Amino acid sequence: MDTNELNAPGYEIPPEVQGQVAITTLDRIYNWGRRASVWPMMFGLACCAIEMICTAASRFDLARFGMEIMRPSPRQSDLMIVSGTVTKKMVPIIVRLYNQMPEPKYVLAMGACASGGGPFKEGYNVVSGIDKFIPVDVYVPGCPPTPQALLNGLMKIQEKISGEHWRTSRWYQKGGDQAEIPIPILGPDLIDPRKVEEYSRRLAESEA
Amino acid sequence: MTAPAPVETLDLAARFPDWVTADARPGYSGWIVEKDKLPDFARALRDDLGYDYLSSVTGVDYLPEGKMEVVYHAYKTTGGPGVVFKVQVARQDPVEVPSLVSIYPGAEFQEREAWDLLGIKFTGHPDLRRILMWEDFAGHPLRKDWREPYFEEEFKPFKSRWPEGKFQMAEDKARLGDNLSFPAGFDPQKKTDFDPEKALYEALRQYQKTESGLETEHLLVNIGPHHPSTHGVFRVAVVLDGETVLSLKPVMGYLHRNHEKIGERNTFLMNMPYTDRLDYLTSMSNNFGYALAVEKLMGITPPERAEYIRVMMAELTRIANHVWAIGFLLNDLGAYFTPMLYAQEERELILDIFEAVSGSRMMCNYFRFGGVARDLPDGVLEKVRDLAFERLPRKVDELEALLADNEIIRSRGIGQGVLTAEDAIRYSAAGPLLRASGIPYDVRRAEPYSIYDRLEFDVACRPNGDIYDRMMIRFDEIRQSLRIIQQTVKQMPGGPIMAVKPAYQVRVPPGEAYGRVEGPKGELGFYIVSTGKSSPWRYHVRAPSFINLTAFGPMCVGQKIADLVAILGSIDIVLGECDR
Repeated sequence: MDTNELNAPGYEIPPEVQGQVAITTLDRIYNWGRRASVWPMMFGLACCAIEMICTAASRFDLARFGMEIMRPSPRQSDLMIVSGTVTKKMVPIIVRLYNQMPEPKYVLAMGACASGGGPFKEGYNVVSGIDKFIPVDVYVPGCPPTPQALLNGLMKIQEKISGEHWRTSRWYQKGGDQAEIPIPILGPDLIDPRKVEEYSRRLAESEA
Repeated sequence: MTAPAPVETLDLAARFPDWVTADARPGYSGWIVEKDKLPDFARALRDDLGYDYLSSVTGVDYLPEGKMEVVYHAYKTTGGPGVVFKVQVARQDPVEVPSLVSIYPGAEFQEREAWDLLGIKFTGHPDLRRILMWEDFAGHPLRKDWREPYFEEEFKPFKSRWPEGKFQMAEDKARLGDNLSFPAGFDPQKKTDFDPEKALYEALRQYQKTESGLETEHLLVNIGPHHPSTHGVFRVAVVLDGETVLSLKPVMGYLHRNHEKIGERNTFLMNMPYTDRLDYLTSMSNNFGYALAVEKLMGITPPERAEYIRVMMAELTRIANHVWAIGFLLNDLGAYFTPMLYAQEERELILDIFEAVSGSRMMCNYFRFGGVARDLPDGVLEKVRDLAFERLPRKVDELEALLADNEIIRSRGIGQGVLTAEDAIRYSAAGPLLRASGIPYDVRRAEPYSIYDRLEFDVACRPNGDIYDRMMIRFDEIRQSLRIIQQTVKQMPGGPIMAVKPAYQVRVPPGEAYGRVEGPKGELGFYIVSTGKSSPWRYHVRAPSFINLTAFGPMCVGQKIADLVAILGSIDIVLGECDR
């Protein structure tokens, strides 16, 4: 969104104040600020994290997007880049980190593993994509995605932010920020508390 | 240039007639040791015969023969070929083998891994817990009769998929519609208190006791798995007295993505791209190790040009890895991101070369059995020449000038996190970690592979074994790698790049092989057992990052907690390889 677009609220501005003040809609200025200062969580899982670091370094320069401030603390971050293979042992921690992020929050699944298990999908300790547990906004394909691909994914996040309205945002609705995802349990295998009934039903079906 | 140690004939069966027999299976080598005599044998091997370095410990499940085998690879730190010894036990629960931790402490994590994945119980092990999976996990996944939830067939390519290329989602076929399976009789709806941390905290409890009547309290602090200083998803549970580390236990497996199980279903060639993802910073040298192991079994050697290309790529990888390691060590010391940016600039130039030859920046998948996948494209050799003769020597000097005399680096590095030479050998430390402790052991010299025997370079070595030396040795190694690359550029021969016709399926005769290379992190070994089928029967990776962590605890005890982060940075681990 360039300045002309930002300052075009859709009705006429008197010529004497043009260039003196900016008149815009609340949505536009709010989203413009948010999209230009997305703080990703400093959170690497596997190979994709290396490409994420390369994206943040001088050659690809994430700072151009206002995203160079990576925060290790989930409390200060807006975007979780799930960069790498999600294992069963790690997924309780990822869900906990997601729960700790304040709204509005976004998730980008970087690479084949985070999107759907990737080359390791058949592994006994691998989760077939992080979207089995937390909602994903943008998927970036690749193994690993090049920095250019990741930048494209981040621009898609910006597009998404630009299209949101504060009036209808989930996190401004009553109770909208209360939706915590139950933490998976490491039992004899990974147990998703939301699915235990389905598991029992399927177990009974397959035994019948 | 020192000559490799002369090959001596070693007849252990004649030396220990009651304990040892030669392994006579076709394609196999080494010695089979009586189970009860294993500790005595290992002690004699270490003390009398000088095999002081236990490189690799792993298990093999010979399901059809009804036995389990533990395979040990030991070497002398003075160089020369190693000795392979094995223990065979009947395959019935519990499978018990005496632990060698008291003789070779470097076996600690590897024995835990064999217990975790294969269910081999090492009697006398001080802390036999699961290491890669969590404590309540059902079963030992690498056993041949254990099947993962998405199991389809024993070996690839799966019949359901070809020749028509049909594919079904694994979730649709799996019993629970998900990548999980429960043991018989388990009710997921019944509330059970699983606590994966219980065993870990119990193992640390002995350090939490306070002595005498003084009212002090020891703190247990978890660092990681989500922590910016752990280089990925690594976790350390530390017991602290004030700020001083009393004890620590590394916790890993957060990136355990089942390389070995998947590798035993894959065909031999299918594993090549998976090796890229082991240590994802150094994919070329991972390819190298795996190709060497399989070529050993197949009995082929690559043509000259391929050998030179391989060595050139492996050494470029070493430089890319070491600048990264130095940059990140400085991150850990608090010089946040600026040294990293200097280092990254050079790494990006090397990645450009990888992208030109293989098509991918990081996951090169460039080596093939008997050569390399493609020849060098036009212009690449000139680029390498420019880098190796002009740019990199200058840039390495610049980076070193910025860092080596920095007051903060010197005061935080010198004398901190010391690993003595004796301890480095005992804990099976490898690579820069071992050489910074004053042991000039480098597989490229100790047991030369490929064309390293005719290239001129020195084995970098530093005497003190502290954080500072471990940083400086990486500069030394970059300079030696540059020397090697300069020679390969000058001597690059023409000719073919493959010794055999490229094929998707290779015929690998039955037998075992252990291929090892000096990777940037240390000795990277691949232990492969073939039964003559299209897939390996056993595919094990001796990961230097994993085994170097054995020495991490002893190095940190007595240090301040802030130094723990720097010590971890100076070991230079990559979790993809550590957890596999």
